[in-house]
Amino acid sequence: MSDYDALRHFADSWGLLAMTLLFISFVGWTFRPGARRHHDDAARLIFRSDSDD
Amino acid sequence: MPAALAKSGGLFLAMVVALVAMAQAQDTAFAIHMAIMALAALIAALAVIATADVNARLGHDESVYDDAPIRWGVIATTFWGVVGLLAGLFIALQLAYPVLNFNLEYTTFGRLRPLHTSAVIFAFGGNALLCTSFFVVQRTCRARLAFPGLARFVFWGYQLFIVLAATGYLLGVTEAKEYAEPEWYVDLWLTVVWVSYLIVFGGTVIKRREPHIYVANWFYLAFIITVAMLHLINNLSLPVSLVGAKSYSAFAGVQDALTQWWYGHNAVGFFLTAGFLAMMYYFVPKQAERPVYSYRLSIIHFWSLIFLYIWAGPHHLHYTALPDWAQSLGMVFSIMLWMPSWGGMINGLMTLNGAWDKIRTDPIIRMMVLALAFYGMSTFEGPMMSIKSVNSLSHYTDWTIGHVHSGALGWNGMITFACMYYLAPRLWNRQRLYSLRLINWHFWLATGGIVFYTASMWVAGITQGLMWREYGADGYLVNSFAETVAAIHPMFLLRAFGGLLYLSGALVFAWNIAMTIAGRIRAEAPMTETPYDARADRPLPDPASAPASAPGALQPAE
Amino acid sequence: MASHPQTPPKEGFSHRTLERNITLLGLCSLVAVAIGGIVEIAPLFWVDSTIEKVEGVRPYTPLELAGRNIYMREGCYVCHSQMVRPFKDEVERYGHYSLAAESMYDHPFQWGSKRTGPDLARVGGRYSDEWHKEHLKDPRAVVPESIMPPYAFLAEKPLNAGDMAAHLKALRAVGVPYTDKDIAAANADLSLQATADADASDLQARFPKAQARDFDGNPAMVSELDALIAYLQMLGTLVDFKAAQAQEQPK
Repeated sequence: MSDYDALRHFADSWGLLAMTLLFISFVGWTFRPGARRHHDDAARLIFRSDSDD
Repeated sequence: MPAALAKSGGLFLAMVVALVAMAQAQDTAFAIHMAIMALAALIAALAVIATADVNARLGHDESVYDDAPIRWGVIATTFWGVVGLLAGLFIALQLAYPVLNFNLEYTTFGRLRPLHTSAVIFAFGGNALLCTSFFVVQRTCRARLAFPGLARFVFWGYQLFIVLAATGYLLGVTEAKEYAEPEWYVDLWLTVVWVSYLIVFGGTVIKRREPHIYVANWFYLAFIITVAMLHLINNLSLPVSLVGAKSYSAFAGVQDALTQWWYGHNAVGFFLTAGFLAMMYYFVPKQAERPVYSYRLSIIHFWSLIFLYIWAGPHHLHYTALPDWAQSLGMVFSIMLWMPSWGGMINGLMTLNGAWDKIRTDPIIRMMVLALAFYGMSTFEGPMMSIKSVNSLSHYTDWTIGHVHSGALGWNGMITFACMYYLAPRLWNRQRLYSLRLINWHFWLATGGIVFYTASMWVAGITQGLMWREYGADGYLVNSFAETVAAIHPMFLLRAFGGLLYLSGALVFAWNIAMTIAGRIRAEAPMTETPYDARADRPLPDPASAPASAPGALQPAE
Repeated sequence: MASHPQTPPKEGFSHRTLERNITLLGLCSLVAVAIGGIVEIAPLFWVDSTIEKVEGVRPYTPLELAGRNIYMREGCYVCHSQMVRPFKDEVERYGHYSLAAESMYDHPFQWGSKRTGPDLARVGGRYSDEWHKEHLKDPRAVVPESIMPPYAFLAEKPLNAGDMAAHLKALRAVGVPYTDKDIAAANADLSLQATADADASDLQARFPKAQARDFDGNPAMVSELDALIAYLQMLGTLVDFKAAQAQEQPK
């Protein structure tokens, strides 16, 4: 059971903190201002007309 | 030509192997399945020979997309959809009128229920995923399908899997794990088909002419990879004989239960969610003619959805002999899953931002919006039902059945129908669908059907849950189990009626697709008319200079 | 031909790298979806407390196993659970809540997910063989409200379970502790357990609490009904819960 308790403590302390930080940095990085043009371009990819082939 | 000879030779060899296995079979069901395999190999061999010269001429035209397997896929999706819904209606009626089991071994509810679930999930949904993924990956990569021969094998191999699975259920061949019922040899066959699918899909992405891989393809890729992982691990089993149908699962008891629901829940998560979200991320923006609301949100949506979903399986095993910590983990992740689910729904719905009028004018958009609305509802209901105290009431009842159908009929069904409506005129090069007004009929029949279905199952489920736990003043349980069965009979009737409505809508859909393929166009009034009256569209005459005008006409101005 | 040349990513790794490399994208996806399963499932195989040892649990006899295979073949798990949850109403309706050990030899598990009919985890011994026979033949003759399909064909079909020794061998390979003797005697055990007045002492020595009799009341043949009733009548009977309760009292 001590394995279980140790893992449980890790999961609701440092593990939780690490996951939260990871998630926040991931979101922040995706939404960083510099990426806007690239993502807008990707979103419009499906509308490029056939003529430019 | 030598390639065609080698291929057909290999197929004849496969036929011989299947025939030998049939002759050696330990049980009738296995013999029948080997006969089906042999027949399929024979047909494939003859088809290879018959089309060898055609393929030599047309095989490598890189200037057009390879749409033949997609056209077959649209037809297969339509066909299996009707079959699966018909099976569903029939088993719903069996629960209301058990005489419909016909006292026959092959038509009992226990054997037909897997037939229904597999037909709608794997045959209808699976074909929709196959054909839309082949369509989307070519268009977004601006490249023709890689390995066209393999792509055809994927399509026909998958149909063979469906036939083997379905006949197996009727014959009583089953591993008895829900949604993973097919036996070991059918599982192996599906593995071969699935790996081929990954090769065709991945190969097309690799030969793409676009630097960027569009988000829909990520979802398709995650769906293909994860389903492969789930399928392989959950179906690990040891056959009793290499020429017999029966096998025993590699896992037992608790471990088997969690492996199964890890599989089962993620069959929902990746087959019915990630794959269908891929459809949403391509077809909703295309039909709305505007880019997806937020491409960055779609990145967050993708990674958080696939990471969180996989943890949610234990919520199917609340309060069972599964260790408590696993149940808690399952519950926590199920609740967190609400967020990416709604993120995806919002991303889809908000794509219509600035074009909300299309809901009124475009019946395909309307169907997509309904699909997303049901996606939102069932992904709220799901996390709620995964809370242990709610689950203690809802588990084992028809509430679960209602929840599943609000997702399956509302989300998977409607988004699939919408995509098929989008694809049919384009794939057969028709001016438009046979009829847009029939989509309206389909829409309302389906919506009505879902409302009857989910509402009746909520009532039935909560009734069951409450009656099972009802105590009288004397401290004893009030209801026998049989009384709770009798109590929900009216709900079973309403459910069957809802199913009938939904099936009727699907028949309207099938008719519309068939007529579109036949090249017919229904003479009908357009869906919207911009009101225009040429006589009224002019400046008002000056009252002083127009004495001849009718005296009453201008009076209201005073 | 690629008509949209884009600026290559400036620094080493960014999400753009993933967006352009399907192998990386696929690998990262696989890692993301593998973590949850590994964390939840893997410990069940090595944490000892997952299955607490319980006295009395034993592998199925060949006849019970054949009956269980019929139970699976007919999709009984679609409507019947075998998992009593630890709630007052369930314990009073069905019996002691289910323990993990009770299904430790179940390949596959049959806990079920829906109760269109009642839970069967402890149905063994609750009804007579005759009741089961009539009920399976025509459920509504016994329970008027029932919506269960009729299984009259079971009584007419001779039990054709295949070579039970091969079945037991396969199960031993996946972890069920059948002995060599169990396997050698498997086919004999199968018919012996379904025969009235047979000497079952050897069978019962190897499989404690095994019930041996002519379950379907038809001495002419060993039918599928024999096997299914034998399975149903042993469900939940192996563990002595009275003893378990007594041990819990002193706390």
